[in-house]
Amino acid sequence: MRIRVLFFASYRELAGSGETWLEVEEGSRLGDLTQEVNDRYQGIRDRALVAVNGRYVEDDPILIEGDEVAFFPPVSGG
Amino acid sequence: MTMARVKVTKDDFSIDEACREITTSRTGGIVTFIGVVRGEDGDERTESIEIEAYEEMATKELESLREQAIRKYGLEDLSIIHRVGQLFPGDNIVLIVAAGAHRPECFEAARFIIERIKKLVPIWKRETSSSGKKWVEGEH
Repeated sequence: MRIRVLFFASYRELAGSGETWLEVEEGSRLGDLTQEVNDRYQGIRDRALVAVNGRYVEDDPILIEGDEVAFFPPVSGG
Repeated sequence: MTMARVKVTKDDFSIDEACREITTSRTGGIVTFIGVVRGEDGDERTESIEIEAYEEMATKELESLREQAIRKYGLEDLSIIHRVGQLFPGDNIVLIVAAGAHRPECFEAARFIIERIKKLVPIWKRETSSSGKKWVEGEH
């Protein structure tokens, strides 16, 4: 299944794009996708914040086709 | 018509208008917090900043913070405007307007909102200064 992956700020520059689609196995969890992203894009790890469909998640949800998962560095608005 | 109480926008804001919009006969005090672009930080001189947001999520997070603050402090109303795009020293970045029956809840709510914006709301600044461009990373 395909997951829409978004990157913002310095992670967008690291990834070379603000948006990509990644193919993961049916039943994959957020942690599996995060591992895939960490492997593909050096520098996106440790301090990354992650949101699924525009919400922070506390646990490790199972993803479904078309989910939007965003990776971004600590925020600095205000 | 009720104006949107949360905005993520390129446009500048009017503090007078924002206060007027949320004042009712129950309002006894209004506290505003305004974040502006700092022109100097130590030896560095900021030329401009670029503000990027994950707009859909930032708007939802700000709406959620607004509801939390109204409930937690018993406010009458609250509005939040956060700007995006290129801004220059002295320009407005963010406006928080907290209206209540009495002053304590207004001060506390304005502080609550700005502190949480700095930790939770997906918005980032990139500074262009005398020493080049750099992303500002938050405290998370």
